Amino acid sequence: MKRLSSPFLPIAPSVAGVMRDVLIALVPGIAVYVLLFGPGVLLNIVLAATTCVLVEALVLRWRGKPLGLFLRDSSALVTGVLLALALPAIAPWWVAVVGALIAMLLGKHVYGGLGYNPFNPAMVAYVVLLISFPVQMTAWPGLQPLWQAAPDALSGATALDHVRTQLGLQRTLSEIGSDAPLGLVAGAGWEWIALAWLGGGLFMLARKTIRWQIPVGLLLGIGLISLLFWAYDGDRYASPLFHWFSGATLLGAFFIATDPVSAATTPRGRLLYGFAIGVVIYVIRTWGGYPDGVAFAVLLLNICAPTIDRYTQPRVYGQRRGAPDA
Amino acid sequence: MSLMKLFGFRGGLHLDYRKALSTQQPIRVAPVPPQLILPLSQHAGAPAKPVVKVGDRVLRGQTLAQPDGYVSVPVHASSSGTVVAIEPRPIPHVSGLMAPCIVIDTDGLDQALPEPEWTPVEDVQALSPQALRDLVRRAGIAGLGGAGFPSFIKLSPGRPVETLIINGAECEPYITCDQLLMAERADEIVSGVQVILQAIGAPHCIIGIEDNKPAAIAALRQAAQRDARIRVAVVPTRYPQGGEKQLIQALTGLEVPSEGLPLDIGLVVHNPGTARAVWRAVRYAEPLISRIVTVTGGAVAQPQNFEARIGTPMRFLIDLAGGYVQAPGRLLMGGPMMGFALPSDTLPLIKSTNCVLAAAPGELRPDDDAMPCIRCGACQEVCPINLLPQQLYWHARGKEYEQARELNLFDCIECGCCAQVCPSHIPLVQYYRHAKTEIWAGDRDQRKADLARERHEARQARIEREEREKEEARARKKAQLAARKAETPTAEAPPAAAGAAAAGSDPVAAAIAAARAKKAQAAPSANADDPVARAMAAAQARKAEREAGSASPAAPATTGGDDPVTRAIAAAQAKKAQAAPSAGADDPVARAMAAAQARKAERQAGSAGPAAAAAPTAATDDPVARAIAAAQAKKAQAAPAAGADDAVALAIAAAKARKAARDEAVIGKDPTDPT
Repeated sequence: MKRLSSPFLPIAPSVAGVMRDVLIALVPGIAVYVLLFGPGVLLNIVLAATTCVLVEALVLRWRGKPLGLFLRDSSALVTGVLLALALPAIAPWWVAVVGALIAMLLGKHVYGGLGYNPFNPAMVAYVVLLISFPVQMTAWPGLQPLWQAAPDALSGATALDHVRTQLGLQRTLSEIGSDAPLGLVAGAGWEWIALAWLGGGLFMLARKTIRWQIPVGLLLGIGLISLLFWAYDGDRYASPLFHWFSGATLLGAFFIATDPVSAATTPRGRLLYGFAIGVVIYVIRTWGGYPDGVAFAVLLLNICAPTIDRYTQPRVYGQRRGAPDA
Repeated sequence: MSLMKLFGFRGGLHLDYRKALSTQQPIRVAPVPPQLILPLSQHAGAPAKPVVKVGDRVLRGQTLAQPDGYVSVPVHASSSGTVVAIEPRPIPHVSGLMAPCIVIDTDGLDQALPEPEWTPVEDVQALSPQALRDLVRRAGIAGLGGAGFPSFIKLSPGRPVETLIINGAECEPYITCDQLLMAERADEIVSGVQVILQAIGAPHCIIGIEDNKPAAIAALRQAAQRDARIRVAVVPTRYPQGGEKQLIQALTGLEVPSEGLPLDIGLVVHNPGTARAVWRAVRYAEPLISRIVTVTGGAVAQPQNFEARIGTPMRFLIDLAGGYVQAPGRLLMGGPMMGFALPSDTLPLIKSTNCVLAAAPGELRPDDDAMPCIRCGACQEVCPINLLPQQLYWHARGKEYEQARELNLFDCIECGCCAQVCPSHIPLVQYYRHAKTEIWAGDRDQRKADLARERHEARQARIEREEREKEEARARKKAQLAARKAETPTAEAPPAAAGAAAAGSDPVAAAIAAARAKKAQAAPSANADDPVARAMAAAQARKAEREAGSASPAAPATTGGDDPVTRAIAAAQAKKAQAAPSAGADDPVARAMAAAQARKAERQAGSAGPAAAAAPTAATDDPVARAIAAAQAKKAQAAPAAGADDAVALAIAAAKARKAARDEAVIGKDPTDPT
């Protein structure tokens, strides 16, 4: 539909601008990542992002969509980078490529491309990869800071892995608290990257690239439920701080769950959506068999987003309070 | 002035206001243009009716057209001259359509009526509210804020009003006509407020002004000192502060009920320009023949405000403002957020024209391509009504108008905030307007359809009742006949053609199809050897011109008998899907019924069909065969029916004849039994 009617003022924001902000916000986290774990992640980013953009271009062309308009929005780039950040940095090169293919084809374009995907494309790809290639997808690099000549080990357990394994061995959290993989609070090295994600997230909040409800809801969700169990038995259940800073919690809270296309859209709905993701992450981490629960939690709540929207409609000006929602 | 508690409103935007463009000069009185074009409908409601003819000489202030109906106001001559045309002309309206206008070639004398059409009122307080309303109506005052609702109606609340609100927010970018009016004519506005307070019997007035208009605030505060009932409230500058609902919320904390009016919460809202016009109408007997208008935009040499006569061509004002510095990229009436594009600058200034905006190319947004919605929710954050613009868009785009309505589409004030922040550059408001229009159109069609259906059903009921009565009479006759012929298993040969009978030896099946029509109708029939036979024939004839509407499915279907059973159903349908075929066979019995219905007498005169419709029968040896033939036709119908017990099958064909030339197809079916 061509614009025949008001408003006529020029519009500042653009989809490309939104995506660019997301990419900028990712830079600090990626920098810390490289610093602590070596440049492997950069290779993944290049592979995944390139594949995503190429596939996007091919599919757009095949579908007869305007290439320039849709490529300029950088949404494929964002998907590629987020996917790469979810992969172990030492995964074989083809993992990133296959993942990118899945993300763009099965996660995005089968549904109609930008704006129409019900699921977060990067998370669809991550889950498919995790289920298909569990070995490659669970081998995480050990801490190998750039300033140290020789790496400690090629691969190492993440804090979440370590805690799960050790708890399984009937050790208590206070016993394993000082183990190497745990770092200061939630994982050697990883906690610093998480802190950088938080910084990027705050930047996006300040830029209004994302709204506060989903990250706050998510961190509240995982924080409250972990607090509950931690207070009940601090030796068997990790603290809220551990859950916030371990795994992909902060990356998920600010960069993944906030993907607007697949998330809930009403203000209350987003809070609820974020909260539920936080709770599901905790459940999967604590009682499930996977290394982390962010991807599964996000996809599960993607399914619920339309329903959440339906039941969380805001009260409209002039409508009576308590009037039926729909 | 004591501090006033402000409540604010939800959402909204800070915009690039560009008001300074047109506030550099005071309001300038525009001279009389060579020609005035006065649309008969410059207000919401019914157009006025002209009371002058082409060729008449008219004087300034003279009534040219009288209101037609309640929601209507008169139109007056803005200057003296000669009526040269009363004809449709392009008018400034969203639709871009033409509408009747009175065109005056001015004579430059600007001669007023020797006596105004009503007497100037010295002592306003002595006037009754009703007298005030009458004056305001006679003066042709319609809201000067943009909507153009007849003002006298808002002066007749019919219930107690707590507060009058004067909407001086003027939140749209570019527009400054109220701002300058408030700064320069504050006294007249306050006097108008007093008149309005008297007319509506309200004890208070709040004048709401955005804080980016300090001169207007100062002037009005000064002017309002003489009346303790009037307060000036400064509200923050935020679009759409000047939306009626938003200003009310900001000033009082109250919300206008959905689909309601400010009056429902004891408020009446007027524009400052309207207040001034009311004052001048009452005190000086001046009808509304001029208004303040902002002529602005990057394409205009000296943007400024004019006090211009209603009917002045916009181009005349643009030329007064120094003309174009470059060809305008877009010409708007009203502001950029809620105004609309004009096809040309030759259109006249009307009572609701607050701004003529001639934007330089590139000054306003280009017609760029929209991206898909990414559901970011930016629209939701700025919506002053707290709607879900993104979901409304989704439904509007999918033409799911009912869902859009359920999401309170009709509470949308079309302020444009959502579209203004949409990163995908989707023209959201356009979708909402379209959806509203579609829903209105749908509602209208629905009402029409309901009416038509009710009429149709009433007619159907009448026809059916008449048929039923006839049938009952016939049945009585037949019963008497049957009693006489009791127990003779013979078949009667139908007197007229097209009756077929078949008898089988074993378990016989007979199918008879008789179809008849005046103009060659088919009569299919079928025999099946074994124990089965079925045939159906349904013949339908329709009147051609009726076909479209009546639409009853052609032929009813058939069924297969299980054992030696056959059933045949022939249904003949009547014009309007009446005919009720049914068949039930108990054991090995098959029965069929066909009901054919006759038409209205005058339609059937010509239709043939042997006077007495066909009555085929069938007989079988052993058990009994019975044949029931029902022939009905008011003037030509056939409705055979037969039933046989044993292994008999009967087929019945119903043929209907209709008016000759109108006949349609015949459908004969020969269902084959898989056995």
